[in-house]
Amino acid sequence: MFDFKIVTDWIDQTLRSYLPDFGVLVIELILVGIALLAAYAVFAIILIWFERKICAWFQCRLGPNRVGGRWGLLQTVADTIKILVKELIPINHIDKFLFYLAPFIVILGSMLSFGALPFGKGLHAIDFNIGVFYFIAVSSLGVLGVLLAGWSSNNKFSMIGAMRSGAQMVSYELSIGLSLLTMVIFAGTMQVSQLVNQQADMWFIFKGHIPAFIAFVIYLIAGHAETSRGPFDLPEAESELTAGYHTEYSGIQFGFYYLAEYLNMFIIAAIATTIFLGGWQPFHIPGWDGFNQVMDYIPTPLWFIGKTFFCIFLSLWVRWTFPRLRIDQLLRLEWKYLLPLNLLNILLMALVVISGWHF
Amino acid sequence: MSSFAAYIKSWFTGLGSLLTGLKVSMTNFLRPKVTECYPENRATLKMPARFKGELIMPHDANNEHNCTACGICQMNCPNNTIKVITDTIETEEGKKKKILKSYIYKLGQCSFCSMCVNTCPFNAITFAPTYENALFTRSKLIHQLNNEGSRLKEKKKKEEAAS
Repeated sequence: MFDFKIVTDWIDQTLRSYLPDFGVLVIELILVGIALLAAYAVFAIILIWFERKICAWFQCRLGPNRVGGRWGLLQTVADTIKILVKELIPINHIDKFLFYLAPFIVILGSMLSFGALPFGKGLHAIDFNIGVFYFIAVSSLGVLGVLLAGWSSNNKFSMIGAMRSGAQMVSYELSIGLSLLTMVIFAGTMQVSQLVNQQADMWFIFKGHIPAFIAFVIYLIAGHAETSRGPFDLPEAESELTAGYHTEYSGIQFGFYYLAEYLNMFIIAAIATTIFLGGWQPFHIPGWDGFNQVMDYIPTPLWFIGKTFFCIFLSLWVRWTFPRLRIDQLLRLEWKYLLPLNLLNILLMALVVISGWHF
Repeated sequence: MSSFAAYIKSWFTGLGSLLTGLKVSMTNFLRPKVTECYPENRATLKMPARFKGELIMPHDANNEHNCTACGICQMNCPNNTIKVITDTIETEEGKKKKILKSYIYKLGQCSFCSMCVNTCPFNAITFAPTYENALFTRSKLIHQLNNEGSRLKEKKKKEEAAS
């Protein structure tokens, strides 16, 4: 496995030989910021293309296949250019400050959690000792932007959408928190780098077998609800609320919401990858040394992104299968089904850890 | 059934129906796609048998058609798409007979209701599965369906002679 720490350390050493400590820090922060922002934009473009292709296949269509060759690879690039040059329509009777602030809060929420993801061995910008807690905290920041957008738009549809979004987030944050807590009990740590290192021999979903699998499924459902897509897209329910909280936004402001929606999907899948599917760790089977060595030749960022896209595929599969829930059904699913199962699952996981019934 | 048992049962029925839905969408995912890549597959594109592109009058090898110029199609047409222009000739026996001079069909007016084809007593006209009927000139939408110098197929007499 290639350790990207060699590259980052080399950059650090080179800068240190020319600049004082403070300058090195500033330049490194800027470099990391640019790299993350670039990755953010590139992932968004890839994800939109991926979603359009997969959604087409679920509907027996081919999807984009004109712009950029047979596979329509440049379709989303063209769409991005289009959305960048579109007009921002000014709206009267809105709370101007909050209206213009809201898209940035949404982007900020997803950017903060995006920065803390372990993309590969040594490719990890922030590593807190309370990493999982940090993820839960910042990923729910986005709902603030959604609520602000709904409030400041001075539009009843936006307001209803934002309110639904609030109810949904409050409910499903609980499931996300508890399912991650299950794995924290199992791993005994909240630090992302340690979580990943503990999965070097075997991923947590195999190590923790039944309770880990239940937690994985609950996490995927709750995370899917958190991104408000698919059957959980009540906040923007096109047929009822035109577009929900972002009805009044146009041009790049709408683009920000669009970007954040796709990146939230990526982040939810990436956290699932990190905590259940071993992060950037290759697929290892204890005892099969030859097989493990072959797996090690695949670069670690590729493992991470591959597993993340697998989780995204699961989410898209659900999205294009089920019809939209009603608000009472949405809340019933959380409070009457997922929450009791989650609490039982934590109990089961505690039992498994105490008795040592895991690999 | 107690409410708790019903709750436990709802877990499994719910899960079962969700998995059925996922199975259905996955079979669709793996199925061959139905999209036609139109301009590229012009050579191989097959229209369905019942597709109605334009009205045609089939002619056989001897340049003979089945139209007796009775005008039923013209009468049944709801929007004056068809105009049957007839000619009167005198046969060998000295009888007067109406024959088809020209069968005018205005594609631009046709609503493809198929009344003409359904009511034609001699199956003289039918719909062809053509496409790409768009043109730049409106006058080109007016077609004459009978070929130059075509005649009515003398069907009945031949059959009588054979029997």
